[in-house]
Order: sequence, then C-alpha cells, then structure tokens
Amino acid sequence: MMEFGFSISPSSTMNLDKVDFSLYERLCEIEPDAKKCMACGSCSATCTAGQWTGMSVRKVLLDIQRGKEAEAARLLKGCMLCGKCTMVCPRGINTRHLILSLCRIYGEDEK
Amino acid sequence: MKDNIVIVGGGIAGMEAARQLLLLGYKPILVEKSDHLGGHVADWHCLFPDMTPAQQVVKDLTEQIKDANIFLETEVSFINKMKMGYNVMFSNGVNVICKAILLATGFDLFDASKKEEYGYGIYDQVMTNKDLEHWFNTGDDKRITGKDIKKIGFVHCVGSRDVKAGNQQCSKVCCITAIKQAMEMKERFPDAEVYCFYMDLRLFGKKYEDFYIKAQMESGVHFIRGRVSEVSENLQGQVIVKTEDTLSGKPAKITLDLLVLMAGIVCNREAVQTASMVQVPIDSDGFLKSRDNILNIIETDSKGVFLAGTATGAKTIPETAAEARAVALAIHNYLVSQQ
Ligand SMILES: Cc1cc2nc3c(=O)[nH]c(=O)nc-3n(C[C@H](O)[C@H](O)[C@H](O)COP(=O)(O)OP(=O)(O)OC[C@H]3O[C@@H](n4cnc5c(N)ncnc54)[C@H](O)[C@@H]3O)c2cc1C
Ligand code: SF4
Repeated sequence: MMEFGFSISPSSTMNLDKVDFSLYERLCEIEPDAKKCMACGSCSATCTAGQWTGMSVRKVLLDIQRGKEAEAARLLKGCMLCGKCTMVCPRGINTRHLILSLCRIYGEDEK
Repeated sequence: MKDNIVIVGGGIAGMEAARQLLLLGYKPILVEKSDHLGGHVADWHCLFPDMTPAQQVVKDLTEQIKDANIFLETEVSFINKMKMGYNVMFSNGVNVICKAILLATGFDLFDASKKEEYGYGIYDQVMTNKDLEHWFNTGDDKRITGKDIKKIGFVHCVGSRDVKAGNQQCSKVCCITAIKQAMEMKERFPDAEVYCFYMDLRLFGKKYEDFYIKAQMESGVHFIRGRVSEVSENLQGQVIVKTEDTLSGKPAKITLDLLVLMAGIVCNREAVQTASMVQVPIDSDGFLKSRDNILNIIETDSKGVFLAGTATGAKTIPETAAEARAVALAIHNYLVSQQ
C-alpha cells in the first residue's frame, strides 16, 4: 500500500446514545449507593494504589456509568482493598464494599 | 392619617412588603403593570424546597393585602422630587404625594432565543424552565403533550455565568429548579432517561442538597459535567446535544426528545427607567444599585427610596420575603425619623 504520511484518527467523541447501562444497573441493584457519587475525588486523592496504578473509585464509577466496562476492570486491578477511600467518602458510600461487589459481578461474568 | 407609601411591583417582594406595612398601620399604594399579582411566582407550579403549590402562596398573600390600595395594569409615568418627598403620577391618571417609594420591580427571565446555538424558537423540541412550569400548570404544550418522550435533557446556566450574553452572575435558583423539574419529569415519564448538563451544581439553600441526593438515588437522573456547546436537530425532529463530559475529559453527544433550557435571572430593563426617575443607578451587574451590599442592600442613596427582592439580584422566595419584611421596617423607621 502507498504511504502518504498521514492517517485518519478515530473520533474521541463519546456517543451517549449507545451507552450500555446494564452493568451500572446491576451494580446499583446490589449497591444502591453507587448512584450517590458526586465525583468529588476524595477517594482518588487518598488512594494508596492510585498514584502508581491509576486506580480511582470515582473513575471506576464514571467508566461504568459510561459503559466502559473493560477500562473499569483495568483500574480495579490496582486496588489493594485497604479501604482508605471508604473513610474519606463524604457521601458515606461504602466504597470498599462496592469494589468487592463489582469484582463479584465481574467474576460471575467470567464463569 | 399615616404617610403615603408607594410600592412599585406586585411580585412576592411588593406583596410581602405591603402586608407588613399594613400590619404596621400604613395603607400602602401598590402598582403592578400586569393584570395580576404574584409576579413570576404566579407562573410557577410547585415551589422548592417543600413543593408548595405556587398558586397557594400567591393566593394567601393576595388575601392578606386586600386592604392596600392596589392598582393593576398600572405603571409609574413620572416622579417629581419635592421638598418633603415625591409626587408620583401613575399611568391611570392617579397622582400621589408620598414620602417613601419602594422599588420591588423584580427580574426578567433571560431571553433564551439569544443563545442561538441552543435552538430555542428554532428547533421544535427545545423549551425553557418557564415553558415547563406552564406545562405543569396547564398540560398544554405541543412539545410534550401526546409525544413519546424517552430522553430529556436540562441545560444549566442558560444566559447566566456568560460574559458574552452580558450576564456574568449566577442566577442561583436554576440549579435547584433543574433538579426539581428533572424529578417532576421523571415522575411523569418513569421510563425516560433524564440528563442534567451542568458546570457546577450550586445547591446552597436549605434542603437543596437533599434534592440532589434524591435525584441521584430515587429518580436516577444522570448528571453530566460540562457546558452544552451546541444543539442541532435530526430528521425525526429530535435534538442532538454536544457537550464535553469534562469528568471523562472527552467530547460527548446525545440525542434527546426534549431539551429544557434553564433561562437565568437578569435585570428588569423597564425598571431601570423607573429607577432613574428617582436617581437610583444601575450596579455593575445590571441590577438596581443598593447603598451597599452588606447591611444596606434594601437602602439607596436617594432619600426615601428603598429596594427589595430580585430588583437587586437573583433571589429565592424566602430571601425575597425576608428582604420585604426588612424593608417594611426600614420604611417605618425612616418615616418616624422624618416626623
Ligand atoms: C424558573 C424559576 C423557578 C423558580 N422557582 C422557585 C421556587 O420554586 N422557590 C423559590 O423560592 N423561588 C423560585 N424562583 C425564584 C422566584 O421566582 C423569585 O424569588 C421571585 O419571583 C422574586 O419576586 P420579586 O417580587 O422580587 O420579582 P418578580 O416575581 O419579578 O415580580 C416583580 C413584579 O413587579 C412588576 N413590575 C416590574 N416593573 C414594574 C413597573 N415599572 N411598574 C409596575 N410593575 C412593575 C412585574 O410585573 C412583577 O409582577 C424561581 C425562579 C425561576 C426563574
Ligand atoms: S444556579 Fe446553577 S444553573 Fe443557575 S446560573 Fe448558577 S450555576 Fe448556573
């Protein structure tokens, strides 16, 4: 093939019409507090693993709300389940429990 | 016989001030340019934070000020300063000599068609917060009635926090109004997905944060952080909204069946004219200028001229009513000091 020295970049626009809410809905069923997140970032700021792995409960929840399951799973792998995020969440979300529930859902899906 | 007091504007501010002045033994003269009392609140349906019916609030206040001299469909034609007070001429031909004037002239709702990129008045399925309250009250709006509404969006800050639109200020009441209306729509259309597009959620008032949590937990409203940049229409007549989802850091688009614009609170331009008759200037934000904005927000530098309510900036009803009560006392103290 002829090389012209340029290529077409894929669009980075998120099409919110095509978002699959099914994982988010399953999570909300067992962890209704998932809906409470106001994206303040306290969890990410305090996360011990975050600075090396990119783990952030806020981002995991956002990814799931935007249907990006694989990205959420990738972030979750960095979690050490220390629970510091739970201590700082101002909305009182039991983030550690939420992470475990999420892992359980992912685990079920792998079976 | 106590002194005459003229109140310009029969919204919540003018009505509550009249009520208090009656209780203090005065017989205020209230002029309202429209054919009814209540101001903007007469157009609303249910009021945050208690979801009180707006009509009830207006009715209760109207009942309590029936002893005041009320002129509807009347405006101020001119005001002459005299040695001891003012000579006020109304458009109905009545002429009054008074010692105190209260400007309770309220606000204007931002004209949403000025933000052309949002398509109000251009695309069929775009409406304002006021249009939606009207639909709640009457059930009559061709954008909703009989339509299959599956996805609804609310755009915050329309004509507010917008230097180019000439309004730098935050309108204060529209974040909570958007959330209130989002929940009310979810009740009426339980299968619909509802989205709020916001920059910040400014939920300062009593119980407002509770509305936010309830909207998240019970109504499942989706909150997308980002200012809507443009709206277009597809062949089916739906609207396509573009915004950045700033939390994800990515541009986003979505197709909606109905888009509600949170038009903001801007100064009442006509009131500026009335204010100029008594030398009350305009502040840098376009609203009537108080003596200062800490302890003397209801006073002006013109002797015997007072201000209350949204004439000086965005306010909720409880804030407006509190100012109206304060101004009644200030007017009373002023009149006593003049004797
Ligand atoms: C969409 C929306 C929803 C809202 N919902 C709520 C809510 O649920 N709860 C809440 O607490 N607050 C709510 N608010 C805020 C509320 O509307 C205001 O606090 C209230 O209207 C302020 O009353 P006001 O008397 O200062 O002004 P206005 O309501 O604007 O009344 C001013 C009156 O003066 C008259 N007037 C003006 N100029 C003249 C003149 N020159 N001569 C004679 N008459 C004149 C006007 O015709 C009008 O009747 C809402 C606001 C908006 C925009
Ligand atoms: S109250 Fe909210 S919607 Fe209204 S101008 Fe302020 S930030 Fe924007």
